[in-house]
Amino acid sequence: MQRFEKETGLVVPLDRLNVDTDAIIPKQFLKAVGRTGFGANLFDNWRYLDRGEPGQETARTPNPDFVLNKPRYQGASILLARANFGCGSSREHAPWALVEYGIRAIVAPSFADIFYQNSLKNGLLPVVLPEDTVDRLFQAVEAEVGYALTIDLRAERVFAHDEEIGTFAIDPFRKECLLNGLDDIGWTLRHEAEIREYEARRRREAPWLFPAEGSRI
Amino acid sequence: MGKTLYEKLWDSHVVRALADGTCLVYIDRQLVHEVTSPQAFAGVRARHRGLWRADANLAVADHNVPTKDRALGISDPTSRVQIETLDRNCREFGVVLFAMDDVRQGIVHVVGPEQGATLPGMTIVCGDSHTSTLGAFGALAYGVGTSEVEQVMATQCLLQKRSRTMRVRLEGTVPAGVGAKDMALAVIGKIGTAGGTGYAIEFAGSAVRALSMEGRMTLCNMAIEAGARAGLVGVDETTLSYLAGRPFAPSGALWDQAVRAWRTCVTDPDATFDREWVIDVSALAPQVTFGTSPEMVVPIDGQVPDPARESDAARREALTAALRYMDLRPGTPMTEVPIDVVFIGSCTNARIEDLRAAAEVVAGRKVAAGVRRALVVPGSGLVKRAAEAEGLDRIFKEAGFEWRDPGCSMCLAMNADRLESGERCASTSNRNFEGRQGAGGRTHLVSPQMAAAAAIAGHFVDVRHH
Ligand code: SF4
Repeated sequence: MQRFEKETGLVVPLDRLNVDTDAIIPKQFLKAVGRTGFGANLFDNWRYLDRGEPGQETARTPNPDFVLNKPRYQGASILLARANFGCGSSREHAPWALVEYGIRAIVAPSFADIFYQNSLKNGLLPVVLPEDTVDRLFQAVEAEVGYALTIDLRAERVFAHDEEIGTFAIDPFRKECLLNGLDDIGWTLRHEAEIREYEARRRREAPWLFPAEGSRI
Repeated sequence: MGKTLYEKLWDSHVVRALADGTCLVYIDRQLVHEVTSPQAFAGVRARHRGLWRADANLAVADHNVPTKDRALGISDPTSRVQIETLDRNCREFGVVLFAMDDVRQGIVHVVGPEQGATLPGMTIVCGDSHTSTLGAFGALAYGVGTSEVEQVMATQCLLQKRSRTMRVRLEGTVPAGVGAKDMALAVIGKIGTAGGTGYAIEFAGSAVRALSMEGRMTLCNMAIEAGARAGLVGVDETTLSYLAGRPFAPSGALWDQAVRAWRTCVTDPDATFDREWVIDVSALAPQVTFGTSPEMVVPIDGQVPDPARESDAARREALTAALRYMDLRPGTPMTEVPIDVVFIGSCTNARIEDLRAAAEVVAGRKVAAGVRRALVVPGSGLVKRAAEAEGLDRIFKEAGFEWRDPGCSMCLAMNADRLESGERCASTSNRNFEGRQGAGGRTHLVSPQMAAAAAIAGHFVDVRHH
């Protein structure tokens, strides 16, 4: 997992409520069996005028009206979004696509639960700021070409033009993982003995949860 | 003080608690399907480890499978690779798989309960958001991402934080023709698609107690559409009688022992919730969505709302965009909206009870001339077989419906079943997002009875007067 400490980057605004994971990465691209190659199809239905298919080699027709295609937002690494971002399907392909495109943090008033967790596990920082702060940010981004934010994870603060815009909260454990680029499996396996112990107790208390040796389940 | 059902389930699965409240939580059962598992299996392989407990996993292909002419194989090469990858992974890691030609194959959330593989008191995960369905059994069940699928494969645990608790009490007796799907849509209409974010929702009240397991699954299925990760219903006789005799459920002395434990899978009378809603459903009308989010829902006797009346700017904008996408004008009565396609299926509404309810409306009638396609896709091979034994397939076929093989099908259109751009569908599924059932397709979520009635009329109708 990529480490996250501090990110300063251009902000691209996506002014829609309830952006779902199928909009982030449409279902036809979920047929892949690998973890990469999704960045080109981020927001595919909105980003291109022609319909995208997996493995397509022909050149696509970008939708000039879609915000990600506007010249002023090229190279953005911070996505500004509205409430309930990432709702819908649990697909982790959504954060994979965002990260591959170059997004490192998303600022929104709220996120859907599974998407929030999936993002943290991929070094993508979801930043929750109050609704009115986000409103003001949308106006500021619109008003100023090149508007950038700095997100300081260690301090849990967001800055623009060296001025503090807001503070955010994140679980200390998740913060530690992001700061160090640690993944959950590595951490969990350090507690193998405890898991075995728990399992042995459960086996005594609730034996029906553990099929007999040799049975199919 | 007593505990809520959620708190009991959570507390009994904590292996280790960290200072900030993050917990290492043990997972009893993982259901696996072809779309969100290949990268997880690959991850396990890359770390040179086997599965922690292969027997805790149960796999089935559902999202991509064709729903007709299966004998011909899968024509879409990318779908084929994904399904073959699941087959290969399950063989390599010793995971039980219901292959495409197995009568037990079907939608993962239909298959698990049907097999008795999802039991009260369990923690259950699957790389699919509608895993919330399985909370109907008094289990803690929720969807996870692929990294978490891999973590459960490798360690049988997840690192998570406790959710807040919400109870939604549905009180009263619903009118004839109104069911669990209408209750689910009404709840979402009331609390909103983000209303449950951060919560586990327990459904309770007399209307929930009166529901069959099928109905409770429908309700919990849509908890995720209200933003909650998990839905829950406490265990009672309905739960126990559903489970008795299922292949993966315990039997004999072990069953008796399990039942004693399962009876405690309820919220204590003196427990308190962080948030509580009480909704009277005794006058509930059948519900139908008009927009591109499940919260954009009205009673069938209602009209397409006017964005101009919405005071919040962002919501007004969202509503305007939704009506544009759905090609609907404010003020149009829902009963005047014509449909092109009918889809009866999905993990929300493709169990036997759903097919019976739809068949009852369809019996002896014909699909309207204006309807281009009407599909019934049973939730599993066993549901299909049971329906055929009752003659439901004939009722549907004689009316002009297509009778398909089990899978997710047009719920998300990853296989060949999809809407053409501009087509309008009465669907028993759970998401009406833009393009969900095919690029440019327009989805209206309804109950199986309402979908069946719409198929016959060619437009939405109030099934209570049908
Ligand atoms: S039927 Fe639909 S909602 Fe259910 S698992 Fe399949 S795709 Fe997901």
